[in-house]
Amino acid sequence: MKWREFIALSAARLLRGCLLRMRKLSARARSWTPSFLGADRYSRLAAELCSPLLASQLVTPLIFKLAARNLFHDRLRFIATIIGIVFSMVLVTVQMGLFLSFERMVTTMIDHTPADLWIMPFGTKCFEDPSLLDERERFRAMSIKGVTDAVPILISFAQWRVPTGGTTPVLVIGSDMDKAGLRPWNIVEGDLDALSIPDAVAIDQSYFDRLGSKGLGDTVEIGDRRAQVRVVTKGIRSFTTTPYVFTPLDRARAYTGTPPNKATYLLVRLAAGADVESARTRLNETLAKAEALTPAEFRSRSRSFWLFGTGAGAALFAGALLGMIVGIVIVAQTLYSSTKEYLNEFATLRAIGSSSIYIYAVIIIQALLSAIIGFGIAAGIGVFIVEVTAESALPVFMTPTLTVSLFLLTIAMCVISAMSAIVQVMRMDPAMAFTR
Amino acid sequence: MTEPVVEAIEVVKFLGDGASKVQALKGVSLSLASGELVLLMGPSGSGKTTLLSVLGCMLSPTEGSVRVCGHSTAGLPPDQLTKLRRDHIGFVFQSYHLFPTLTAVDNVRLALDVRGERSHRAITKAIDALAIVGLSHKINAYPLQLSSGEQQRVAIARAIVGNASAILADEPTAALDSENGHSVMSVLAEIARHPGRGVLVVTHDPRILPFANRIVRIEDGRIVGKERSAAAGPTEQARSLAVP
Repeated sequence: MKWREFIALSAARLLRGCLLRMRKLSARARSWTPSFLGADRYSRLAAELCSPLLASQLVTPLIFKLAARNLFHDRLRFIATIIGIVFSMVLVTVQMGLFLSFERMVTTMIDHTPADLWIMPFGTKCFEDPSLLDERERFRAMSIKGVTDAVPILISFAQWRVPTGGTTPVLVIGSDMDKAGLRPWNIVEGDLDALSIPDAVAIDQSYFDRLGSKGLGDTVEIGDRRAQVRVVTKGIRSFTTTPYVFTPLDRARAYTGTPPNKATYLLVRLAAGADVESARTRLNETLAKAEALTPAEFRSRSRSFWLFGTGAGAALFAGALLGMIVGIVIVAQTLYSSTKEYLNEFATLRAIGSSSIYIYAVIIIQALLSAIIGFGIAAGIGVFIVEVTAESALPVFMTPTLTVSLFLLTIAMCVISAMSAIVQVMRMDPAMAFTR
Repeated sequence: MTEPVVEAIEVVKFLGDGASKVQALKGVSLSLASGELVLLMGPSGSGKTTLLSVLGCMLSPTEGSVRVCGHSTAGLPPDQLTKLRRDHIGFVFQSYHLFPTLTAVDNVRLALDVRGERSHRAITKAIDALAIVGLSHKINAYPLQLSSGEQQRVAIARAIVGNASAILADEPTAALDSENGHSVMSVLAEIARHPGRGVLVVTHDPRILPFANRIVRIEDGRIVGKERSAAAGPTEQARSLAVP
């Protein structure tokens, strides 16, 4: 059939074009030797490293074969290397995944709140900070040109009485449902209008066990007052493990014992076309005991407090760093011992006219092979961990950027590890081939 | 025999520093012409290997000069010395130094790979070199599957595959039994007959004397004797002992 011939011919032409292009690139890579800043050595190393990848000859590149065979020759050592890389990268992946997850979770509420500016008491460190604003600040805010509304919301702790006995703390979020405040999302049972029913509250299904709740329709007590679960959400979790309870503002004040003229935040809405920065400046000049922040600033402040103010982020980074150090040490040890094993042969290569670059390339290819295989396995385990923790209180989060970054990190880790072997080769005298 | 392929002129070489500094070569002059096989003999510590390293451009002389195929090595930077080695000199070592992870043909091909020869032609050249040393039937064998003599012949193939003008061999028969030793020497003698190529063999082994065109004796860093073989070439006795 004609279309089949056409496809076969096109594929053959494409393949031929690619091969020719690769051949040209290979030749260019080998011949490109800029002399500035001593770049000659680096360009030659790059050319040696690229030649196996770019060469279009059908002969297996010998440098690649030599590196691979030297690497795989001692299987036990190779397996130990890969385990080292996998262990290291899984640790780094989990730590960085937790960091990302943590970073997102601490700003979840800010992300879901429609506000041009946030007004909060001076010194508020994060969303969960229960300091209170006086309602007079709202009137001050409303007096600023361009401000169309300043919606009060309340964030405060209260005690939830567990049916089986005792109480558990909850974070009550009070916001008027008829205004653009902070409303629950991802609703799986009930609807937002149901929160207008007296005593209605919204909770997340992941906290049923913790709260001793049977779900929709359950009648409970918050702060010695009656409450009824009318809305159930999915996936609105707190990284502090304290459950969120959504309810209208007045009811939240009642549950938490907050005076009626107090609120935690004012969500500022600006008129269309109003300049956010100038409005913020005017608000900060006008407000007495409060400050105005853009959502981005408030996110940054919350992250900064939880990730670095509490040491949680530092602990995650320290874990990741530890993982990297373990990986570097294990890979370095393996490459060093592998190079040492073949030192006489490498000396012979130098004696027969090999450049140092050629031998460095052999070692670096070994490092890259280790990195690719190790990362492949670590990535598989990482995906499994992401799946398993997806429904947990603190899921491990992965993004394409993090995946690519971890791959580059693995490559960097293995290349850094190759340095000990390269230094060994640098000190090698080709004349030692005679003496051993 | 024509102009020298490698030549040392009044070479002095100090090794080590401070209290451990020793004069390994004390004004040595030696030339290796194309078409000849020269044996360099001497007791341990006499400077044989140092002289071989200097002739092979792996060590620079403290005084005197070295010429390789007409090129003086004086003042050349390390990369130029490496190039000179790559283009003109082949080495054969006592311990062969073959990569155990590569086949015979790949071990030979390495000598071409380091020069940037990476095509099918490189494989053909490596197979031809193995054929010259009588190993065309073992091209895909790994070093551990070869006898000591065969491994040394692979090393010789690696030395000649790049068309080196000078082959420098360090105790090539020391680790071999009599039969393998003769086999290796007969290959080296055959190679030495190639016009434009000379072979210098450092040895303790008196069994290989019949293969030499010339025997140079070195003691305490000085050349103490130069003998020309009676037959001015490998003797009939050597040829008869040679294993094809």
